[in-house]
Amino acid sequence: MADDTTAPQFNVGLDPLTPVLTRSWLSPRSWRRDSYEQLGGYGALRTAITAQPEQLVELMKSSGLRGRGGAGFPTGLKWSFLPPLGAKPRYLVVNGDESEPGTCKDIPLMMADPHLLVEGCIITSYAIRSHYCVIYIRGELIHPIRRVRSAVKEAYAAGYLGKNILGTGYDLDIVVHAGAGAYICGEETALLSSLEGFRGQPRLKPPFPAVEGLYAAPTVVNNVETIASVPSIISGGVDWYRKFGTDKSPGTKIFSLSGHVERPGQYEAPLGTTLRQLIDLAGGMKDGIPIKFWTPGGSSVPLFGDDKLDVPLDYDDVAAAGSLLGTTALQIFNQTASVPWAVARWADFYRHESCGKCAPCREGTAWMSKTLRRIITGRGTLEDIDTLEDTAHNIFGRAFCALGDGAATSVSSAIQRFRQEFVDMVTGVTPAPSTQADLIEMH
Amino acid sequence: MTATLPATETPAILGPAWDADAPAPDGYVKFVIDGQDVIAPKGEMVIRTCERMGIEITRFCDHPLLEPIAACRQCLVEMEMGGRKMPKPQPACAVAVADGLVVHTQRTSEVAARAQWANVEFILTNHPLDCPMCDKGGECPLQNQDLAHGPGESRFKEAKRTFVKPIAISTEILLDRDRCILCYRCTRFSEEIAGDPFIDMLGRGVRQQVGTGPEVPFQSYFSGNTIQICPVGALTSTAYRFRSRAFDLKSAPTICELCSAGCELRTDHRSGKILRRYAGENGDVNEEWNCDKGRFAFRYVTADDRLRTPLVRGANGSLAPASWTDAMTAAAAGLAKAKAAGGVGVLAGGRLTVTDAYAYGKFARVALGTNDVDFRARVHSAEELDFLARRVVGVSPKTGGVTYRGLEAAKHVLLVALEPEEECPIVFLRLRKAARRHGTQVTAVAPYASYGLHKMGGVLIPAAPGAENAAVAALAGADDPAGLRTDGAVILVGERAAEVPGLLTAVGELADETGARLAWVPRRAGERGALDAGATPTLLPGGRAVTDAAARAQVENAWGTAIPETPGRDTAGILAAAAAGELGGLLIGGVELDDLPDPAAARRAVANAGFVVSLELRPSEVTDLADVVLPVAAAPEKAGAYLDWEGRVRPFNTALKWAGGLDDARVLDTLGVEMDVDLYTQTPKSATEDLARLGAYEIPRTRTASYPPTAATPAAADGALTLASWRLLLDGSRAEDGEPHLAGTRRPASARMSPATADRLGLADGALVALSGRAGSVTLPLVVTDMVDGVVWAPGRIAGASLAAQTGARAGDGVTVAAAAPGATAAVDPDVVASEAEGRIGSVVTGMGGSK
Repeated sequence: MADDTTAPQFNVGLDPLTPVLTRSWLSPRSWRRDSYEQLGGYGALRTAITAQPEQLVELMKSSGLRGRGGAGFPTGLKWSFLPPLGAKPRYLVVNGDESEPGTCKDIPLMMADPHLLVEGCIITSYAIRSHYCVIYIRGELIHPIRRVRSAVKEAYAAGYLGKNILGTGYDLDIVVHAGAGAYICGEETALLSSLEGFRGQPRLKPPFPAVEGLYAAPTVVNNVETIASVPSIISGGVDWYRKFGTDKSPGTKIFSLSGHVERPGQYEAPLGTTLRQLIDLAGGMKDGIPIKFWTPGGSSVPLFGDDKLDVPLDYDDVAAAGSLLGTTALQIFNQTASVPWAVARWADFYRHESCGKCAPCREGTAWMSKTLRRIITGRGTLEDIDTLEDTAHNIFGRAFCALGDGAATSVSSAIQRFRQEFVDMVTGVTPAPSTQADLIEMH
Repeated sequence: MTATLPATETPAILGPAWDADAPAPDGYVKFVIDGQDVIAPKGEMVIRTCERMGIEITRFCDHPLLEPIAACRQCLVEMEMGGRKMPKPQPACAVAVADGLVVHTQRTSEVAARAQWANVEFILTNHPLDCPMCDKGGECPLQNQDLAHGPGESRFKEAKRTFVKPIAISTEILLDRDRCILCYRCTRFSEEIAGDPFIDMLGRGVRQQVGTGPEVPFQSYFSGNTIQICPVGALTSTAYRFRSRAFDLKSAPTICELCSAGCELRTDHRSGKILRRYAGENGDVNEEWNCDKGRFAFRYVTADDRLRTPLVRGANGSLAPASWTDAMTAAAAGLAKAKAAGGVGVLAGGRLTVTDAYAYGKFARVALGTNDVDFRARVHSAEELDFLARRVVGVSPKTGGVTYRGLEAAKHVLLVALEPEEECPIVFLRLRKAARRHGTQVTAVAPYASYGLHKMGGVLIPAAPGAENAAVAALAGADDPAGLRTDGAVILVGERAAEVPGLLTAVGELADETGARLAWVPRRAGERGALDAGATPTLLPGGRAVTDAAARAQVENAWGTAIPETPGRDTAGILAAAAAGELGGLLIGGVELDDLPDPAAARRAVANAGFVVSLELRPSEVTDLADVVLPVAAAPEKAGAYLDWEGRVRPFNTALKWAGGLDDARVLDTLGVEMDVDLYTQTPKSATEDLARLGAYEIPRTRTASYPPTAATPAAADGALTLASWRLLLDGSRAEDGEPHLAGTRRPASARMSPATADRLGLADGALVALSGRAGSVTLPLVVTDMVDGVVWAPGRIAGASLAAQTGARAGDGVTVAAAAPGATAAVDPDVVASEAEGRIGSVVTGMGGSK
């Protein structure tokens, strides 16, 4: 695709923020089709639908776009894994079950710019030769569900969806499905089970969704942000897109900053931006209190301390530094925060969200949560710290899906990097941050 | 290095002679386990290969007959592929073997050993460890694997998850959720094998639990299997709970006596009482499953009213206990007198072992000089005997007959007059497996698509009773609607085909025409054996026709007696002759008069017979009318063999060794001695030898008579409907006596008819209706359902009595159905009431959770 004037232009490297996905968020009534079209919306679709689907898959491969759901798998490659078209239909399933602690990128995107997602869905469905697309949105997200539903309705009315889209003969239906509020349904196979009406629990792989996904038909499952990135890649072209980010992690990314910064929120910047830069954008640390620890990609990845502020936040550099980019949910804790207390809260989350299918995760998350509660209420022992570390070790890589790994990672990395805080707490050097009464009703 | 392993049915592991550099044969892969080269069939899971190599890998959720789920994470091992170690340990139960795979089990991998050790610790964190009071204690996979591979001591100091316990998920199955380790075996069994997914996981995380839907109990004919495959004591039966310790039980392998499936069972007993029965393993027959009737219906064996001593009717007209000597003398004298006064008819019943049936047939010929012997205590016909002689007798897996495995391999199976789930449940399980795993197409000729047919994904060819002939004949068409011309296609025909004149002939012709293989599936365990052992009026042992002089001579030589050359009377003929006073007496084995086509007429016949000898387990209508009652051993108290529907010999030994009962063959042998003849059936062994002395015989498969089909029975009068009926698996038969918890899992009795028929009669779904025949009526709730018009279906036994006894009508007869009189109540099943009195389904069971 040739460069398009609608593609936002930046002085890459000079402009710290690169609002590609977020550019219309501040526009009035940005969620309406007319607003979206005024900003060039659905232009990418008009371009894409004149191309051969295979060309679009190749384009996506060249763009280097990597999945924004956390694993960072190359998107074009995923599309190309579908088996040859056979008797079974192909499906596109968009994962909008955003639930990772600290992660809040898909929700505002669906609120502010649902048509961007819908346009991405149409282009992607066309590219993978699918005629049926499901957008699966976490059940609690009532407003985003309504926004996306009305966007889909508007798109049907405008002829972007339904039969014979834009007169090309291409048909597509989109269904917006509300989940029932389970973190596990962000795991792609659990999401598919849930869509099919079964319990939201992960399934064995193989078969992978590309071969047997929704209703045992070839299925591509992509994150909301991934799909929303597609239209701008079509409009701007590969060269434009690759101007952002690094060679192996091209493009822009919505970084979700939360915690002890002056202006928490969503900051879209090229991959490779550092936390130090992002904290500056967010107005610095709250009240000037220095940072103690942070998560580069949500609660499921190893913690970083204040020594990693200059790690470029892209898939490879974060991995090389000992963590994972995950969902780029940057939870920032200053020197007043207690590591054991934060970890205990995360552990409660994983205990609550463990689906129950496999023993290590089901039993291990509950065990860790109970032990951490004892520690933060001043009833822990030194032995507990070793048991916790060993329990996390025994869950990691043994659970059925990545939920258990995430649950184990926050605990093990916290103990590994901040062991003394745990020791001080169980030996009474620092006071317990909570009382048992605090924990009542804490779900 | 190469592995030497026990031989299996496939050359899965090659021995030392194998050339290590040679590639794996077609259909096999070559890989390495713990440094040993192994060859395994494609598609096999690594854990199976390890098993065959003698490497024990701990597991909870894995079950060879269930699809892998990898939920418990207990079987983790390390794997390498293409020289690269997989980053995480992999579940051996869910990874298929592959060329070039390298597996390191806990024997060679510290990571695997540690993962398995740690996982036991996880599973134990919330397990109550109430082993001292748990039914599973002493035979518990969790207990065993923890002690062998687990930590023994737990580091878990927190409060354990608790649940109120137990809950009754049916009247027979109790669930202790705190013991459950959430392995999904029971839920997978219910969904994958039985097709009754009435239990499922509820909730999530550490509060996840097995449960039922509100007000929907775990009503499955196969529910007991979940107890057996539960790797902990979470599922227990009301029948066994808290009654014994596993290590106090004695176990005996047996064969189920309750239908023609021939299931391998394990009878666990203590102090002369059966405490429980488990399914045994036999890949050719029942795999590892059985039905709840076979599992739980054993209390009849030790029922309080078991006959333990002979009874002789005295001068005062009532039965009184007598010594064996006196009873034998009285029986022999009475039979001799009856023989002289018109002869004696022998009704052997369908529940006998092969040797017992042989003894009845031989006793009739040798001691009573008659061919008046028949094992069929149900609807029967001369056409049926001809069909059995031509196509069934002598057929077995060894002669190339249809087998369970043959059903599984068939692409098409046709069912005629057979509801496998009700009448031979293991055939149902195998057909469901075939349909599910291999896409076998099941087609049924029946008045409606039963629940069982739905679960097999079957196709219905609707046919009213009497109209089956035409429906079957239509299947012979060149368009082959039921796929019978495909390779390996099978027709299964049930004993009920004898209800419809011409149907067995039509089925035989259909098989001849299409080339499909044919098998006959009777309900009772003894029928196939009795047929082959010669307890019929037309056939001597081994399918030798009475009318065939050469065949008869073979038997006469061996037995040293002359055999009448004309066929004898069949069951109906014997009863008619007795009623008419033509016969001097009757010798009756295990026959319930209620099971006969016309119970009232049968009652009159037995009452009218001059002299009646009854061999029975417990008092019955026959013993009430008998002159001499001789107690016999129940199946678990004797040795013998059944022929299952395949014709497969299913031998078994005595389970309850000290019960002291005599089998029928022994009683008849002694009675023969009293009558100065020798049967040589003192023991099953001697009887088998005596049978073998008859020598080889080639059964001629010729037709002896023609049985033209008759037209469909027209509805008798205005508003009359044709009755369709069959027995349900659990319907209060005498074998189920004494087990009210099992009774609670019966399918409720109802009448069924089509919407058009109901409309015509002005009846609504759920209404109480009176179904009336010439002899009376029975009140049932109506189910309006998709089925052929003009037909009403009702179960063959309702609330303790047969439909025929209550209404005088049997399948194919005209009956009337009308709204029940105001204030009428549905026929009440006393056993079910008793089971319901013990607590509501789904509610928490208090106290000991059982009765008695």
